Amino acid sequence: MKFNFKFNFKRHVSMATLRNSFDRRTVVLGSVQGGIGVLLAARMSYLAVAQNEKYKLDAESNRVNLSLIPPRRGWILDRRGTPLASNRADFRVDVIPERMQDSARTIAQLGKLLELSPVDMQDLEDKLDKARGFAPVEVASNLDWERFAAVSVRLPDLPGVVTQRGYSRDYPTGPSVGHLIGYVGAASAEEYEKDHDPILITPGYKVGKDGLEKIFEHELRGKPGARRVEVTASGRIVRDLDTREDVPGKTIKLTIDSGLQDYAARRIGVESGAVVVMDCHSGDVLAMASMPSFDPNSFSDGIGRLEWKMLADDDHVPLRNKVLRGLYPPGSTVKPMVALSFMEAGLDPDESVFCGGGLRVGNRVFHCWNRRGHGQVNMAKGIYQSCDVYFYHFAQRIGMDPIAAMARRLGLGQEFKLPVVGQSYGTVPDPAWKLRKYGKEWQTFDTVNATIGQGYFLVNPLQQAVMASRIASGKVLMPRLLYGHENDPVASLGIPQDHLDYVHQAMSDVVNGPGTAHRAALPFDDIKLAGKTGTAQVVGLHISSGKTGPWKYRDHGHFICYAPFDKPRYACAVIIEHGGGSSAAYPIARDVMTYLWDPELALEKLHEFEKGWGGTAKERLDARYQSYVSQYGVSAPKVSAEEESRKVRESEEDQTANQPIVRDAQSPRPEPVATGSAEAGAAENPNPRANSGDRTTTNGGTQ
Amino acid sequence: MNRSVVPDAVARQPWQMLIPLFALVSLGGAVLYSAAGGHLQPYALSHVIRFLVFLVMAIVISRFSRNLFRQAAYPIYGGIVVLLVLVESIGAMGGGSQRWLNLGFMTLQPSELMKPAIVLVLAKFYESLPASMIGSWRGLVPAGVLIGIPAFLVILQPDLGTALAICFGGAIIMFLAGLPLWWFVSAGVGALIAIPIAFFTLLHGYQRNRVLTFLNPEEDPLGTGYHITQSKIAIGSGGIFGKGFGNGSQSHLQYLPEPHTDFVFATMAEEWGMIGGFFVIAVFGIVLFWGLSVARKSPDRFSSLLAAGMTATVFFYVAINLMMVMGLAPVVGIPLPFMSHGGTSMLTNMICIGSIMAVNRWNQKPGSFS
Repeated sequence: MKFNFKFNFKRHVSMATLRNSFDRRTVVLGSVQGGIGVLLAARMSYLAVAQNEKYKLDAESNRVNLSLIPPRRGWILDRRGTPLASNRADFRVDVIPERMQDSARTIAQLGKLLELSPVDMQDLEDKLDKARGFAPVEVASNLDWERFAAVSVRLPDLPGVVTQRGYSRDYPTGPSVGHLIGYVGAASAEEYEKDHDPILITPGYKVGKDGLEKIFEHELRGKPGARRVEVTASGRIVRDLDTREDVPGKTIKLTIDSGLQDYAARRIGVESGAVVVMDCHSGDVLAMASMPSFDPNSFSDGIGRLEWKMLADDDHVPLRNKVLRGLYPPGSTVKPMVALSFMEAGLDPDESVFCGGGLRVGNRVFHCWNRRGHGQVNMAKGIYQSCDVYFYHFAQRIGMDPIAAMARRLGLGQEFKLPVVGQSYGTVPDPAWKLRKYGKEWQTFDTVNATIGQGYFLVNPLQQAVMASRIASGKVLMPRLLYGHENDPVASLGIPQDHLDYVHQAMSDVVNGPGTAHRAALPFDDIKLAGKTGTAQVVGLHISSGKTGPWKYRDHGHFICYAPFDKPRYACAVIIEHGGGSSAAYPIARDVMTYLWDPELALEKLHEFEKGWGGTAKERLDARYQSYVSQYGVSAPKVSAEEESRKVRESEEDQTANQPIVRDAQSPRPEPVATGSAEAGAAENPNPRANSGDRTTTNGGTQ
Repeated sequence: MNRSVVPDAVARQPWQMLIPLFALVSLGGAVLYSAAGGHLQPYALSHVIRFLVFLVMAIVISRFSRNLFRQAAYPIYGGIVVLLVLVESIGAMGGGSQRWLNLGFMTLQPSELMKPAIVLVLAKFYESLPASMIGSWRGLVPAGVLIGIPAFLVILQPDLGTALAICFGGAIIMFLAGLPLWWFVSAGVGALIAIPIAFFTLLHGYQRNRVLTFLNPEEDPLGTGYHITQSKIAIGSGGIFGKGFGNGSQSHLQYLPEPHTDFVFATMAEEWGMIGGFFVIAVFGIVLFWGLSVARKSPDRFSSLLAAGMTATVFFYVAINLMMVMGLAPVVGIPLPFMSHGGTSMLTNMICIGSIMAVNRWNQKPGSFS
């Protein structure tokens, strides 16, 4: 056919040939059409039969929208069943970045509908910058119905926006439990990579980011529910198909006493410090507060620029859990422990030494904190007057090893089995340790420093509380956070009871007798507190006296105690960083211990203090945030992920790592008590940050 | 058919084609009824009514004499070109593109009417062209101009699908008129070269996207590939027997774009399955086969070209639409004849059917030839 027509323009073309050609060509056309018809039928069969399964599935996944219902997170309760972390029903709005079509417009519209402030908008944009496309980003939670509804009705025009009635985490006592409980937050991309549970990228689901929330993530998580709905292409729900209820996470019951925890945290006030309270029967930790803290409620929606700025501007390291991560030279609080080691080594407690304000060892003079001297000092006086010369003298005779062994037996330098994200266990120095660490021989002045809790000695407040509780009970108490082991048998330390009784009496005399901390006495006639003060120097005398001057150079104040002294029930350790001495610590310990027997009396006192401090910890934090909002607004710098992790690392750094070598004797710092009431008034409020004008009128020199 | 009972005018109608066509329109009505969520309004009722109205029109057309067709060919063509210019200028004045004229009672797309008109005018042209000139430039250039003018105007709108349909109809007539085959072969080779160039220069962004999407619809399932993907899901998920009348989730939940117009076949296939699909293809097969056989039976050049061209025009609609919904062709806005909701397409197709019926009538009465 082709050949015929190729040159037909040269031949004569008649109507007949054209007719002929028409007939042939209609056959061709018909065949082509038929062929296409067959092709279409084949394609139809292929789609409908061979690929039927695939497309059926696709149609189903179009039609049915399976949305996970985030499980209600397990509650965290205190020993009495009061919630420390619970869930609050709320209305929330999230966006899924990769589903937004015009994200700038959508976000702007959300901002208008939800009445977000410029700071909120900036934080939201930061979150969006960091987010992976598939992971939901929280726009707002805890919304009222009007604003929630305003967004809900516009959902068809706002692709990628998810509104939800769900639950958000609620920490009733806020900053008081920040370090203990931690906080929750949207799962990061790294967390999702590690654990490919789809619940992690469900809008509204939060994972534990710190503290117990992080440790017990799997227990608290629960099982998500699911809701199958039929949806249109634009996301409008046509009808519910079925719903599976979520299974709430497990409840975690702690040994913590919520009231005491809150009280302890608030009582620290504007200081930087930590309070630990333990039960002397079981080892239960009743309170472990570290301040300043953060409000886990406001961290749970992500940490915004202003919040980072607040953390960065605070030299009190609010991100560090000082109970576990703070390491301090324990100062004189080790003296009862050292005394026990002396007795165990065979020292007669009545053997005395003359204190003339110092002791010459070799060619060095080691000073007692009281340069005027204590006169003749036996062991009891060594403890209650905190005489350094007594310990210098006998420590040389006994040697460092028995002291270090007793320190470890009582819990110093130990890491405890606790559900916490990290512990710094510090240093109990002894000759072998020094040789290992510095390759240097142990020197006499090292022993001398160690017996007064200086030199290389570094402990954390939890260890001090354990030490206090073990001295009080004579048992190997292990600190515990999980409730339910109250009646487990506890082994004895193996220290003879008469040794313990001797030390108990001396510690009682610290408070109730001729000791260093009269004002630590409890306001009860029948309950006597036993304790030991400690003042640890931070820098040498040539830099600062430790009492005044820059906050960073002031001495740490310690106090360990238990009560009642003859039938120990509770033990407590308080550390106030740079508090200027133990007088910053023991009033807090006294009030915390008072709370255990008479909460109302203790609270009355606290309320008075808080009037001067500008409210509770939470109120002060909120006020500070507001002042940052008005001062900086949206001008705060953006915080990169590296900076965030650097800040967190900083708060977790182990201070033992860069412990400098000590080449000399360290001077003990004066204990405040003997000088009497003139100092006491100032001592209770050595607060560099508070508004001193207000404060002196409320509590100056009241005791 | 018993002539004593049935009136002659009725008995003469091509029932072998009309009855399947009625069935197809009814199925179309049923699908539109379902697509409207189980309501006659707004699609199904107007669909059937339009069909009936245009059927009457087709029968009227089929009563026209061959001479009337011949005489009307150039005026009709010219009139529609004028309308196309009018649409273009109204659109330009309105500051945007426009494809239709509002006649008050209906909107009219002149470009649609051009599809049968080009067939008519070319049939007339080749009839009057002396057979000896068919291989010369005189057989090609005037026809090319006749096709080129409306195609150019329609492409300006821009409506690529309709422009292609006009070119296709014209090319088929040229082919059947007996133009040298090697012209077509060279044109085909030329097109193969020109298409990539045109793709990057002439096509609008959205048209280019449609082509790219057709080549790889899964690349962007939520964007421009959405149409093809959703259509294939609708057809594929229907299976052999379909999901049942009124149970198509793809169309009812609006995953399927344009479920009542361009993608009506997918809507149908989801509910009626492969069986329904085969039925539709078969009916089109019957109608087109009938059209071609009418063309072959007709004794004169004008009639045979007219009938074959009209058949090819309907075929072009059907083939492009079905290939599009099954993912074999890019998305071009071409509706499926007799099933898609839409007045203009129904009008065009019924003009085609009416013209073929007219040729059929002329065939039956060879006397009218003279």
